Amino acid sequence: MQFLSDNSDLLWSAFLTTLSLAVVSGLCALVLGTLLAGMRVSPVPPLRGLATFYVEVFRNTPLTVVFFFLAFGIVQIDLQFPSRFLTAVAALSLYTAAFVCEALRSGINSVPPGQAEAARALGLTFGQSLRQVVLPQAFRTVVPPLGNVWIALAKNTSIAAGFAVTDLTAALQRLANANADQLLAVFAAVVAGYLVITLPSAWLIRVVENRVAIVR
Amino acid sequence: MTSQLAGGPLVQLTGVNKWFGELHVLQDVDLSIDRGEVVVVIGPSGSGKSTLCRTINRLESIQQGEIRIDGEKLPDEGKALARLRSDVGMVFQSFNLFAHKTILENVTLAPTRVRRQGKAQAEARARELLERVGVAQQADKYPAQLSGGQQQRVAIARALAMDPKVILFDEPTSALDPEMINEVLDVMTSLAREGMTMVVVTHEMGFARRAANRVVFMDGGRIVEAADPETFFTNPRSDRARDFLSKILNH
Repeated sequence: MQFLSDNSDLLWSAFLTTLSLAVVSGLCALVLGTLLAGMRVSPVPPLRGLATFYVEVFRNTPLTVVFFFLAFGIVQIDLQFPSRFLTAVAALSLYTAAFVCEALRSGINSVPPGQAEAARALGLTFGQSLRQVVLPQAFRTVVPPLGNVWIALAKNTSIAAGFAVTDLTAALQRLANANADQLLAVFAAVVAGYLVITLPSAWLIRVVENRVAIVR
Repeated sequence: MTSQLAGGPLVQLTGVNKWFGELHVLQDVDLSIDRGEVVVVIGPSGSGKSTLCRTINRLESIQQGEIRIDGEKLPDEGKALARLRSDVGMVFQSFNLFAHKTILENVTLAPTRVRRQGKAQAEARARELLERVGVAQQADKYPAQLSGGQQQRVAIARALAMDPKVILFDEPTSALDPEMINEVLDVMTSLAREGMTMVVVTHEMGFARRAANRVVFMDGGRIVEAADPETFFTNPRSDRARDFLSKILNH
C-alpha cells in the first residue's frame, strides 16, 4: 500500500489521461460516426460511396497501424499533430467512428421504412426526417451496441501507451519496470483504473436502455 | 381561393410509365384531378393502384411521363420536392405515426419544422384537428397506446395540419379491424363533403358510392375505366370491371 501511495501522483494523472482520451475520442467518434451513418443512408450515391469507403478502410485496419500512420506516416507529407495526446485522440476517433457508423446504420435499418416515408410525405427534407424521426428512434435501438463500442474504445486507449502518451498502460510499464517485486499491486491498481471507467459505463448503458425504450 | 379555382387541374398525370425491374407496373397512365374532386381508385391487388397513388408525391419515382401538382412539375429530389410534398397530404395503410412522439407532437412536427409555425399556434391548431377527428383525449399518449382506428384518424389530422391542396389515401382502412373501419371512413366522408381534394385507393365500395365523384378502375397497370360511381357500379363498360365487381359485391 505504501508503494501505491508513493506513486499516487503518476497513477492519478495516468488515470485522468486514459479517461480524457476515452471521453474526447468517444465524443468525436460519435459526431463523425453519426455524420458517416447519415451519408451511408443518403440518397446521394457519391456520399454513400465515400462513407462506405471510409468505414471499410478504418474498420479493417488495425488500430496500431492507424496510430503509426498518424504519428509518423503523415510527417512524410509535412503534417504533424500539435501533441501526442491529440495524435492519439485523432487515431482513436477516426477508428472508432467507423464502428459507431455501423452500429447506427443497423439502428437506422431497424426503423420501419414507413417512418421516413411519412416524414418525407409531410415535406420534411432528408436531413430533417433523419434528425427528427429516424435517428431518435435509431439511437434507442443502438444503445447496447454503442455501449460495446464505448467499452472497446476505453480499452483501446491503451495503445496510446506505445506512442508516448502516459496513460494507465504506460504507468503500468513504468511502475512494473521499476518495482518488479510489487508487480501484483501495480497490476491491481491499473486494472482498477480501467474498471472504474468501464463498469459504471455498463451500468449506465443498461439504465439508458431502459429509459429510452419505446413501445411499438 | 378564387385565383386557385381559376387554374387547371390540381393533379395531372400524363403518359406515366413505371417499371419495377421487368415488371411494367404503370402503363401509359393519364389522369387529371380537379380541385375539390374525390377520386376513388379500385382494382385487384397488383393492379398498380397503390403505386399510382405513391407516384403523385414521388414516394415512387417514374421512368416516363409527367406529373404536375397545381401546374408545377414534380421536382426530382431535394428542397423543391420537399416543398411540393408539404402541399400533398398522405395517409398510409399502416398509419406510420412517429413512434417516439406523442399524438400532439405527431401533428405539430411538420407545421413547426416545415411551415415554421410557432409552437403555441401549431399546438392550438393540432388540438382543434384532433378534436375534429375525435381523438382529442389522446393528445398526450404515444401512438402504440391507441387503437388502429384512432391512429389512422390521428394520421388524417397530421395530414390536415399542413393545409394540403390534396390528400392521398393509400388503402387507409385495409389494416384495420372491421369495427374500426367506419370511424375512419366517417372522417374521410366528412372531409369529402367539405370539398377536400382526395385520391383514395380502397376496397371500400360503400365509401366509393357515398363519397366519390369519380371511380377509377385499374388492372394490370392500366386505367381500364373511369366513371361516376353510379354508372360504374350499375353499368360498368369493361369486362374486367364487371368481373372484378361480381367477385367483390356478391357477398
